[in-house]
Amino acid sequence: MNKTVNQKAWFLVLPVLLLVAFNAIVPLMTVVNYSVQETFGNNVFFWAGISWFEDVLRSPRFHDALGRQLTFTFTILLIEVPLGVIIALAMPRKGIWVSVCLVLMAMPLLIPWNVVGAMWNIFALPEIGLLGKTLNAIGFDYNYTRQTGDAWFTLILMDVWHWTSLVVLLAYAGLVSIPDAYYQAAKIDGASSWAIFRYIQLPKMKRVLTIAILLRFMDSFNIYTEPSVLTGGGPGNSTTLLSIDLVKIALGQFDLGPAAAMSLIYFLVILLMSWIFYTVMTRDEANQ
Amino acid sequence: MLELKNIAKRVGAETHIHPTSLEFKPGSFNILLGTTLAGKTTLMQLMAGLEKPTAGEIWFGGVDVTGVAVQKRNVSMVYQQFINYPNMSVYDNIASPLRVGGVDSAEIKRRVGAMAELMRISAMLDRRPSELSGGQQQRTAMARALVKDSDLILLDEPLANLDFKLREELRDELPKLFGTRECVVVYATTEPTEALLFGGVTAALHEGRVADFGPTGDVYRQPATLTGAQVFSEPPINTVKVNKSGDRVSADGNVNWAAPADLPDGDYIVGIRAHHIVPVETPGSVPIDGTIKIAELSGSESMVHFDAFGSDWVSLSHGVHPFDAGAAATLYADMSACFYFTPDGKLVRSGETGGGR
Repeated sequence: MNKTVNQKAWFLVLPVLLLVAFNAIVPLMTVVNYSVQETFGNNVFFWAGISWFEDVLRSPRFHDALGRQLTFTFTILLIEVPLGVIIALAMPRKGIWVSVCLVLMAMPLLIPWNVVGAMWNIFALPEIGLLGKTLNAIGFDYNYTRQTGDAWFTLILMDVWHWTSLVVLLAYAGLVSIPDAYYQAAKIDGASSWAIFRYIQLPKMKRVLTIAILLRFMDSFNIYTEPSVLTGGGPGNSTTLLSIDLVKIALGQFDLGPAAAMSLIYFLVILLMSWIFYTVMTRDEANQ
Repeated sequence: MLELKNIAKRVGAETHIHPTSLEFKPGSFNILLGTTLAGKTTLMQLMAGLEKPTAGEIWFGGVDVTGVAVQKRNVSMVYQQFINYPNMSVYDNIASPLRVGGVDSAEIKRRVGAMAELMRISAMLDRRPSELSGGQQQRTAMARALVKDSDLILLDEPLANLDFKLREELRDELPKLFGTRECVVVYATTEPTEALLFGGVTAALHEGRVADFGPTGDVYRQPATLTGAQVFSEPPINTVKVNKSGDRVSADGNVNWAAPADLPDGDYIVGIRAHHIVPVETPGSVPIDGTIKIAELSGSESMVHFDAFGSDWVSLSHGVHPFDAGAAATLYADMSACFYFTPDGKLVRSGETGGGR
């Protein structure tokens, strides 16, 4: 059978194409352009080939920042995902408390990121902050501006406070979509609450949890504002995550070439890891 | 035997089930017939023990089980949605009630195999429920409910979410599955046809009350109440207020017909099912002049909604009878087949059998 050929339909794709071009492809290409050139200012550029990429990949500074980034991301994932699921399970399913809980949960998500950073910066100050002062008063030698461990503790606590809600909301959405009949059927079978969680709630939440983990992974890998306001990457370089290091190189030292090369590697790392995450988490369904 | 003794269920200020007493015999197939929100599901949950009645008692096999938790009663339930454990194979799903019950694995294997054979899902035992068609998923759920020897099996509109073909297929098989069992089977449905196909015993439910209860054929042919007749009629039964005096029955002077000899004078409500009003004149039928509202023609049947002396009427007839909406038409009612109810809805005379029940 002959299909009607109508190429005019392509015009409908044009707006999206233009939009994506301007907000993604063009900026990305600019970065690609910088990453293969050297400049000493005055808009004069020299061809540098892939030397920047080699430099970045070999530099211990990049390795350290990447290591810190991975530690941060996996720590917060290990805390936020189980914690989010536990909170979602504990939330009421009906009644007026549902909206109260949802609003309370959504609150941290509504606060601008730099405000979160500033809040925790003050909150954790050992001399005047509520958290810092309390910790010192009960006998901990706590000072996040000077001690690496304390800085990490504060950074992770802040992220957990800020973002666990996202996991809670997604997990909760997954939970309330389970028909009542499943719980009744389990009750008739005499299933324990662990069995209900293991065989009904968890499998039914799988899809939303996949999304939650992916979102939290990407966002935490991209995180900049909050740690930058909280610790500025310090003390020393101890909390300098990839994005903070990138800004230091690009805007602090104005090394456009290495910064561009690093951006691209950074981007590829996120892309690759998201793909791995997604493939692993959806492998079950793909097999079937 | 399952006995409901005056049970009622109230939630807050709402009454879901008015005081109800019913008896279900072992080995019987019982149907709860009623529209959505009639209280079928609530009644089943009360029977199962998933909900506690606010009043009354539930007895099973001569024992009061009102306060006994659901997992301690030997009950199975199949739902309208296809409820299976999502990440277990079909085999594990069917085996799950046996495993909880502590049956040994050789016996589990034998019973799951036999049940899968009966349900015709033997080839799917290794798959997950999400890889099955809707019909197969529901077969799995039914297998899970039937594999343990429950004393009470509750089926809450199990075929409602299936497409027509699958529904007919399962509908044919269902009664055979319970044939030899000594358990009480309760089947909830919104469809009068389904009740008639299954036979057994029917309880017609309306707004939390039992409008009629008895052998399905009797409930259909001699509904004890007008409400019962309304629940058990699809399309809806036509009703009209009439007065009988002498040898004539008259509907507000609009139409009249010869009265049955055994009917005392007085006011009645007449109920006449749609298939007793047809577009073709038959001997002894009563002509009704009206205006056509909607005519729905399927391949072999015509359903006509029309308006006559201020009320809505429905006619259902064999064959294709084209009508134009808005046109005047005459339809013929076979009043010898109608029901006479008292003004408060009690059956006085059934046209299908003569006399009451």
